[in-house]
Amino acid sequence: MSGRVLVGVKRVIDYAVKIRVKPDNSGVVTDGVKHSMNPFCEIAVEEAVKLKEKKLIKEVVAVSCGPQQAQETIRTALAMGADRGIHVQVTGKDYETLGPLQVSKILAALAKKEDAQLIILGKQAIDDDCNQTGQMTAALLDWPQGTFASEVSMEGDKLKVVREIDGGLEMIKINTPAVVSADLRLNTPRYATLPNIMKAKKKKIANVNPADLGVDLTSRVEILRVDEPPQRQAGVKVETVDDLVGKLKDTGRI
Amino acid sequence: MLGAVICEQSGSAASKLCVKHMVTPVVLQAEVFPYPEVGNEEAEEIQQLVAPVEKFFAEEVDSARIDQEAKIPPETMNGLKELGLFGMQVPEEYGGLGLSNTVYARLAEITALDGSIAVTLAAHQAIGLKGILIAGNEAQKNKYLPKLASGEHIAAFCLTEPGSGSDAASIQTRATLSEDGTHYLINGSKIWISNGATADIMTVFARTEVVKDGVKADKISAFIVERAFGGVSSGKPEDKLGIRGSNTCEVAFDNVPVPVENVIGEVGGGFKVAMNILNSGRFSMGSSSAGMIKKLIELTSEYAATRKQFNRSLSEFGMIQEKFALMAVNAFVMESMAYLTAGMMDRPGLPDCSVEAAIVKIFSSEGGWICVSEALQVLGGLGYTKNYPFERYVRDCRILPIFEGTNEILRMYIALTGMQHAGKILTGKIKELKKGNIGVAFGMAGKRLKSAFGSSVDFGLTGKDGVVHPSLEESAKKFEQNVAFFGTTVESLLYRYGKSMVDEQLILKRVADVLINLYAMTAVLSRSSRSISIGARNHDHEVLLANTFCSDAYFKNNYLMTQLQKHSPENNDANIKKIAKEVLENRAYICSHPLERTF
Repeated sequence: MSGRVLVGVKRVIDYAVKIRVKPDNSGVVTDGVKHSMNPFCEIAVEEAVKLKEKKLIKEVVAVSCGPQQAQETIRTALAMGADRGIHVQVTGKDYETLGPLQVSKILAALAKKEDAQLIILGKQAIDDDCNQTGQMTAALLDWPQGTFASEVSMEGDKLKVVREIDGGLEMIKINTPAVVSADLRLNTPRYATLPNIMKAKKKKIANVNPADLGVDLTSRVEILRVDEPPQRQAGVKVETVDDLVGKLKDTGRI
Repeated sequence: MLGAVICEQSGSAASKLCVKHMVTPVVLQAEVFPYPEVGNEEAEEIQQLVAPVEKFFAEEVDSARIDQEAKIPPETMNGLKELGLFGMQVPEEYGGLGLSNTVYARLAEITALDGSIAVTLAAHQAIGLKGILIAGNEAQKNKYLPKLASGEHIAAFCLTEPGSGSDAASIQTRATLSEDGTHYLINGSKIWISNGATADIMTVFARTEVVKDGVKADKISAFIVERAFGGVSSGKPEDKLGIRGSNTCEVAFDNVPVPVENVIGEVGGGFKVAMNILNSGRFSMGSSSAGMIKKLIELTSEYAATRKQFNRSLSEFGMIQEKFALMAVNAFVMESMAYLTAGMMDRPGLPDCSVEAAIVKIFSSEGGWICVSEALQVLGGLGYTKNYPFERYVRDCRILPIFEGTNEILRMYIALTGMQHAGKILTGKIKELKKGNIGVAFGMAGKRLKSAFGSSVDFGLTGKDGVVHPSLEESAKKFEQNVAFFGTTVESLLYRYGKSMVDEQLILKRVADVLINLYAMTAVLSRSSRSISIGARNHDHEVLLANTFCSDAYFKNNYLMTQLQKHSPENNDANIKKIAKEVLENRAYICSHPLERTF
């Protein structure tokens, strides 16, 4: 076992930013808007670093797909404790249409190239909410998957994963190599301290082209239109059940 | 002639415009055009460093609680230490982050969001340990810096005494050399010491007997004093109006033994060390205040946009709009000045930017005070309650014009330093005159006439080869005019008062105010020129802010300088002094009550 873990990190618009739709409804405004690492990816990095600190794995490699700015996100992962980074360069139109299918192909190719034992991803990104990359990556590699993980532990060469599901919690045991996707309660990510950020400057980030990995970035999805959600209307208070029924009839709801 | 000498340098004269001579008689050295640029590596670094600090302050800092309990919770302090915020400017080899002044200023924008934390950090590193950093020897640095950088040890700066505040040179704390010459015994007490109760390592200033050429003198020396040396006691924490989470107290020294190795710099050279320490940290108040105002703009505009009265949102009313313009312009000027100064200080060769730093401090402290008050005003009654942070910002800001050198003292410093420089040049000219060099006298008279008739002044800022962008041309011209008028004004003041100028505070105050405005104008012109040329986002707005500020400052400067002219009817100083004399003599308001009768 290589003892190597691949962690995917995505650069997204910061969760605290008020999102605005572009005037031409082609997407959201990203220019000059604050971006940061996807919160679930932070949890993924934290988990990987924790495993390394427990000496269960040997190396954490942070991967991000995107333009030049993706390097900032990788650097944050390095500051949190990842050992090195891989920046898969995707720019322009390719970046606009980059989705889980393309990213999972990239990750699968890298996993083979790097001889990874484990891939940890965030369960979903807060910009597109796809919740697909982990699952697709596992399928492409024909690896077992432990998604929505709220607890991960290694038992020999098997992985015990507690999953958050609708009914409660499910515990599964899967073989490695495997793909895990992190859910909210898996851990609390550490702050990248300033001294660690300075140390991370010395860690390496390799540049890779999707073409070199034999990945075709063509998208099967075309975004037609982006709209703001409808404005929330004020509610109305009613005194009795009869009033309620009356009002529902009036507005044509029943 | 004083006012209109352009520093002619080889190469691109415009780009290396020497403000020193342009704004003569002020010692504003360094090159202010083009606006300082950070290197690529540093730019990336800044992005990286800002993120976790912003996150920490947004999620882990409960300012209301810190203010209410008058202390910073240990978990928060630990978080700050772990982040690395206790050793920002300590070199990496001693365990710090080794940040430049520019990056330090950038982080100060964030730490300023909590006044108590900002002051605690600044007392520790901007002044507390700074002496060791800038004047300490290798042994001292190796011994003390690592634990100070990690925050394991906290530092404090001990200069002020009950009888010596602004008059720092009059301190009475004494350090007596032991018989065997191995250590000093320090006796005395200090007040208003930030981190006084928590500091393990203190920079203490005390009088020492120095013998020079057989003459005994009592000079101030700087010492590194460890609380562990024994004899150090701290009084109870002061109950303050603002920055309540920052510890401030008296510190007493009772026969504290301090090894001679712990003298910082030369014995007897302590005053200079103190001044250098204070000068080096001042500029960051510009970015702190700017950071705070920017935050206030966000909080306040949210309210102004949603609150309605008379069926219109507050943001539609002129008097409310004016407040937002005020805040935006102020933040813009403070930022521009802070980073211009930091950029100059980061240049190799340790340039002396003490006058510029003093200017930044005065503008930021007073501008900040006005802006928080206006922000509170927008919220009206709500702003006055503790349910909102505005009243805390107001209370926290009130200390800014007081500490780190009162604004009154700093105005004297700015004006006198400039006058001194002008005085030197003038003395030279006077000598020429006395030698009978009539040509010089005619030259001066001629140029005086020229400027009196308002003939155009040209310093090369604008025009074909100008450094300032055409959209800022009007402002640059106003600036040049101010500078020319200023030159003649100062010259005439020196003729009129000579050395007794030192006692004319009301005059010096105006001189300082003009200089502050001039430096501010320079900063905004330089910054917005850069923004236009690099195509920064919203640079049109910057031009608007710059032009608005310069126009306002231009008229203010002209009025100030008018008041400085001989026999100026706009000058009420004589009356002001008379009123003050009569009131102070009686220690009360002396008018008979309007309802009193004499019949």
